[in-house]
Amino acid sequence: MESVHERAPPCGEPAAGRGSGAEGSAAPAVEAVRLVRRFGPLTAVDDLNLRVPTGSIFGLLGPNGAGKSTTIKMLTTLLAPTSGSAHVLGFDVARQSIEVRRRIGYIPQLLSADGSLTGYENLLVFAKLYDIRRAERARRIREALDFMGLADAADTLVRRYSGGMIRRLEIAQSMLHRPAVLFLDEPTVGLDPVARHTVWAHLRDLRRQFGATILMTTHDMEEADHLCEVVAIMHRGRVVALGSPADLKVTLGVGATLDDVFVHYTGAAFEEGAQYQDVARGRRTARRLG
Amino acid sequence: MFVFLRQTLAVAEAEIRKLRHDPMELLTRAIQPLLWLVVFGRVFGRLREIPTGELSYLDFMAPGILAQSVLFIAIFYGISVIWERDLGILHKFLVSPASRVALVSGKALSAGVRAMSQAVIIYAVAALMKIHLRLSVGAVLGVLASIALGAAIFSTFSLAVACLVKTRERFMGIGQVLTMPLFFASNAIYPLAMMPAWLRGLAAANPLTYQVDALRELMIDGGRSLFGLPRDFAVEAIVLVALIGLGARLYPKIIT
Repeated sequence: MESVHERAPPCGEPAAGRGSGAEGSAAPAVEAVRLVRRFGPLTAVDDLNLRVPTGSIFGLLGPNGAGKSTTIKMLTTLLAPTSGSAHVLGFDVARQSIEVRRRIGYIPQLLSADGSLTGYENLLVFAKLYDIRRAERARRIREALDFMGLADAADTLVRRYSGGMIRRLEIAQSMLHRPAVLFLDEPTVGLDPVARHTVWAHLRDLRRQFGATILMTTHDMEEADHLCEVVAIMHRGRVVALGSPADLKVTLGVGATLDDVFVHYTGAAFEEGAQYQDVARGRRTARRLG
Repeated sequence: MFVFLRQTLAVAEAEIRKLRHDPMELLTRAIQPLLWLVVFGRVFGRLREIPTGELSYLDFMAPGILAQSVLFIAIFYGISVIWERDLGILHKFLVSPASRVALVSGKALSAGVRAMSQAVIIYAVAALMKIHLRLSVGAVLGVLASIALGAAIFSTFSLAVACLVKTRERFMGIGQVLTMPLFFASNAIYPLAMMPAWLRGLAAANPLTYQVDALRELMIDGGRSLFGLPRDFAVEAIVLVALIGLGARLYPKIIT
């Protein structure tokens, strides 16, 4: 891990040795073993195995409906697994959910800052929910806003923010309590190219400054190529390929792009996988972005 | 315990800050109860057939209309929960270490504070209509407490319903279906003594009845609670605790 804890270390040290199956190597930040989630007859996540190395930026790729968001929801304790187990920082997501929640940050796919509050107020509410002490609170909020380049917009209602600004505000919010693992679901979907690059730069800065492990889902191959050190390609609820973007490209031969890798492993999934819900959600985000 | 309280207050504070940014909403909410008082109350007051004891009909119904206006706002509270789910705001709350009970209690508290604004408007109109209000500090504080409790009850009930039905369309339908029966199966605009037995049975199981009963004594000069204030508040408190327990269980289910 190359990171330097310049400021506060991530709250809650990883519970060393508690992660099952660590097999001598450093304990992974996130580990899922034979994870399954069914919704009625539909199996969204099917026997998923996953190890996210501590300190890495890990990309979960796959077409709509591959089970990425369901996986993230289980790892962030929002959804109980049907079977199998998952640990975050050595804590079981089902049985030690409060311990997990204290140590993670989460940015959902939707632009989810509250439009009827100012940027500052959005952060204030979460600083209080995470029980950050009063003396620390103002300083951390100010730092987070500065860090994300939002100091001037702190007292503006968020409904007047652009999509890129809302995303940055959400990243600012998610780092207030110094999470050791940050989960992002499609962090740049719907953003223009400039806003996307800004968000990427901020995520890299975030990792450098606080040493957080970042687990993100995306179906944007450029994003995965730019940002992720390890990617897992998901298809029909399973991991079908795993490796660094460079390694995965090499396996397909000279000149292959990550797009090629993606299509190679997921085939014609584009047409069959997407569900109405995904499409509706995408539209909603698009509407908010105007 | 203190952490729990702080988290509850944080959720309520967010809602109250939103109101401060957009107070117009409170004014538009005041129109309906005004119509009830000024139009319905005036007309039915002439009837003199409704046995309201020593109170004039307007004095009798004013607490009922205050309770009703609180109910009508609170019962649609669930829509904001569905809205927050659709926007993804709720996901972030649920991923925070705050307990579900704190999140639901915070929502209930904010609904209570929001409802107090109704009292201000209705008191102003009631004074203009020469309704005999009790204006002692103790009585007014009692009214505010009763309103906050009523709003907390019905907003939490609404939240629980929202977590079950999950979509705005279905919720709106159910909200419409719920409000009128809750209102009519209560002592808000006619006394329990007038009701057929079956309706009186329903009214006895309706938290709104106890809220109106308490308000009648606390708000109106010469008004008398039928059940006694301790019983009114005890029933409401028990219902609220039960609903918050239920709401906290259902709350995480809204995102699945």
